[in-house]
Amino acid sequence: METTAIKEVDKVVIKFAGDSGDGMQLTGTQFTGTSALLGNDIATFPDYPAEIRAPQGTVAGVSGFQVHIGQAHIHTPGDNPDVLVAMNAAALKANLRDVAKGKTIIIDTDNFKRKDWEKAGFEEDPLESGVLREYHVIEAPMTSLTKTALEGLGLDNKSIVRSKNMFALGMVYWMFSRPLEYTERFLKGKFGKKPEILAGNIKALKAGFNYADTIEAFSSASAVLPADMEPGLYKNVMGNEATAWGFLAAAEKSGKDLFLGSYPITPATDILQELAKHRHFGAKVFQAEDEIAGITSAIGAAFAGDLAITTTSGPGLALKGEALGLAVMTELPLVVVDVQRGGPSTGLPTKTEQSDLMQALYGRNGESPVVVVAAKSPADCFSMAYRAAKIALEHMTPVVLLTDGYVANGSQPWKILKTEDLEEIKPHEADKSMQNWQPYERDTATLARYWAYPGQAGYEHRIGGLEKEDVTGNVSYTPENHEKMTYVREEKVQRIANYIPELEVDGAQEGDLLVVSWGGTYGSLLTSINQCARDNKKVGLAHFNYIKPLPKNTAEVFNKFKKILVAELNQGQLVRYLRGELPQFTYQQFNKTQGLPFRVVELTHAINKTLEEK
Amino acid sequence: MSVETLEYTAKDFSSDQEVKWCPGCGDYAILKAVQKAMPLIGRKREDIVFVSGIGCSSRFPYYMDTFGFHSIHGRAPAIATGVKLANTNLSVWQITGDGDALAIGGNHFIHLIRRNVSINVLLFNNRIYGLTKGQFSPTTNLGQTTKSSPQGTIDNPFNPGELVLGANGHFFARATDTNAKGLTEILVEAEKHQGTSIVEILQNCVIFNKDIFSDYTAKDVKLDNQIHVEHGKPMIFGAESTKGLVLNGFKLEVVTIGENGVTEGDILIHDAHEEDNTLHMMLAKLQMPVVTGIIRSYGDDSFEIRMKRQVEEVEKNSPFKSVNDLLQSGETWEIK
Repeated sequence: METTAIKEVDKVVIKFAGDSGDGMQLTGTQFTGTSALLGNDIATFPDYPAEIRAPQGTVAGVSGFQVHIGQAHIHTPGDNPDVLVAMNAAALKANLRDVAKGKTIIIDTDNFKRKDWEKAGFEEDPLESGVLREYHVIEAPMTSLTKTALEGLGLDNKSIVRSKNMFALGMVYWMFSRPLEYTERFLKGKFGKKPEILAGNIKALKAGFNYADTIEAFSSASAVLPADMEPGLYKNVMGNEATAWGFLAAAEKSGKDLFLGSYPITPATDILQELAKHRHFGAKVFQAEDEIAGITSAIGAAFAGDLAITTTSGPGLALKGEALGLAVMTELPLVVVDVQRGGPSTGLPTKTEQSDLMQALYGRNGESPVVVVAAKSPADCFSMAYRAAKIALEHMTPVVLLTDGYVANGSQPWKILKTEDLEEIKPHEADKSMQNWQPYERDTATLARYWAYPGQAGYEHRIGGLEKEDVTGNVSYTPENHEKMTYVREEKVQRIANYIPELEVDGAQEGDLLVVSWGGTYGSLLTSINQCARDNKKVGLAHFNYIKPLPKNTAEVFNKFKKILVAELNQGQLVRYLRGELPQFTYQQFNKTQGLPFRVVELTHAINKTLEEK
Repeated sequence: MSVETLEYTAKDFSSDQEVKWCPGCGDYAILKAVQKAMPLIGRKREDIVFVSGIGCSSRFPYYMDTFGFHSIHGRAPAIATGVKLANTNLSVWQITGDGDALAIGGNHFIHLIRRNVSINVLLFNNRIYGLTKGQFSPTTNLGQTTKSSPQGTIDNPFNPGELVLGANGHFFARATDTNAKGLTEILVEAEKHQGTSIVEILQNCVIFNKDIFSDYTAKDVKLDNQIHVEHGKPMIFGAESTKGLVLNGFKLEVVTIGENGVTEGDILIHDAHEEDNTLHMMLAKLQMPVVTGIIRSYGDDSFEIRMKRQVEEVEKNSPFKSVNDLLQSGETWEIK
């Protein structure tokens, strides 16, 4: 290695792809962790099939992990890989169209036999046919090299073959001048009790590293220097993990116990699993018998004084609809997390989409207003979970927090927050100074009712799903009362606009085009807008974290631009909502429903097209 | 709170709301029996919560001056579970009907029982949908004509006791709306029992299913057609207390003491505490006489006790004392 010059690059996108049993998620996560410790900025995107083990060697069974590391600031996992690691022919087939000509493809030639490429759907041997002619291809018989390296360790063949992902990782570590310590430490933790497996994995990792150093396929190793990040203590977080932590922080800060009622559903299950690990903070984690019991148990816990949460994805939100209406009627604090995926029905469980916005806003019987907020990145899930809990507790309302498969499973470095630096949370509770407390008596500013719960003497009361009489909360069928309460429930939600941050604009603050977006697409849009700024285009980005109610200055921001383009991963849901809420503006839209995030290049193209149109 | 203030009377549990069931409805007698049971359970009023779903019976919480939650159809077991897990000190009661518990809420009902959360469930079984005016329910007798079964039902009914024991229920009792005193006694026992307690109450819907239980409850037949079981006592019944239950092979059989050489010593002794529920199942399924009283009361850890134990264990062994500890754990790096 001493003889090889190290070439500096400012960013690089690597995709690890293989069979779903090949350990590609682990390989990608290890590369991410190592790079994070070196101080790179990072964004990751795992892409795996819904089937746990789809048929081996088929395109359907390909599992991938894309990681984007940089010295510059990184907002997306990258449009196209600079390096593709293809552990078999199917992985090449599935990803080849995303790799630009001239880029590097590392291939495990042991899995490119005739039966392999036929199964993958190639008509000819891709190593011979010329489809790879314009790429920098590194052919390495990784499986057999791993076998040779691990000979004599006493491992069975299956365990040896399973270590080939470490060989691949070792090669990529060499390519990008990464140290092996992080992964060695990880392996020791994971296989500490299985010394042979541990030895095998470490040996494979080192063998891959040394192999890359030895062969002359690489002209040089590259280095990606640390990014220029704000000083502080960092860790790498995944969106779902950050969501779980945001709720734990909100519970501690508000002095409430956290209750989670949840039913496993992709891609939201990680939140349930993460919270189940942390029951020591008083977190009551209840795996319910179904989605409906998930939310209704949470509503029961809210009635009894806990910070109550339920987590789900689109199909689960549909099942929770009636109960969410009950939380609206009983005006209890509740956070519903919907980690969106492609729909309708079972749809695309492991693919991302933003198509539950209408469901979150309107998917219930009756006039049933709830607060709707969304997280814009994996790390932002922490902040938005925290704020969703704060709004619920302070305004006595259900809040729907929308994330999506892309931010939920993606990861990025997060500057660790300290709970003492977070905003206070003051649950809107009845207190002893109140004379003759009544269940539906309200704060005059926020219209929130005062929370009182079982165990508090003198506050015995009954609530439920039937229409409530103003102030007393008794059952009421009076026409005027129903109309008043309908108005008050909506107005209470609208007044939250007085307590949330105003809309900010990235890029140009006024000018020709305002791109409008929400949720997990922020990174791609910001990258695209930054490009526009470099090209001196007057394009701004208004990205919504708060959707209902809209930030107070929304119209003011919209007024500063000649055109508005709303970009969403659906067929136009935010745009329809905006057309209803702010009909004075003309909206154009850019939509995509492929189960995939936006690519920067397609956004930039759409922006340029909109700018050019008369 | 001092002992004096715990000396409630039934009246202390009556709310200011007007009771709106049909005149003559069996629910009135049940409400009275519950209000009478409350002072006997030794719990503070603010620690008592009534949760219900939808149906005639589910209006019940409005009439109790405790905490109450009239929720949505079928979901009361899950809501009550949330209430109990949020504050395990509470005495939580669920009011439900045969439609609410066994049709729309069937899933929640069996899972509540399986988990064994300490909730007392009062299942008002009138074998009909009352609030929607007379459609058949999951307990309506096979062949009965109702508004939605003009040619008679072709659905096999559930026997609630069989369902409860099939879901591994640890406490099952049956009572009638015509024996308020017996019901009050059962309710006190249900509250004492740790874990889910299911009390099926045969309740007369005077409008849509009048006298459906009169074979068991009418004054002239009830002593011969109903057997009230008590733990540790022989299963003897009848107007003259001469009938009893014995096991004949794998079946229960009614015998008469003094006939065919049967003596009192031959009669089965009721063991509600037995872990094996085989005999309890036979008693729950018996049609004539129908069995009332506490059929099964088997003690085991409740869900919330296991949950508390687990949380305490985790707290003791965890390196994290605050959320900050968690946030700063794992692989971190400093940028200067």
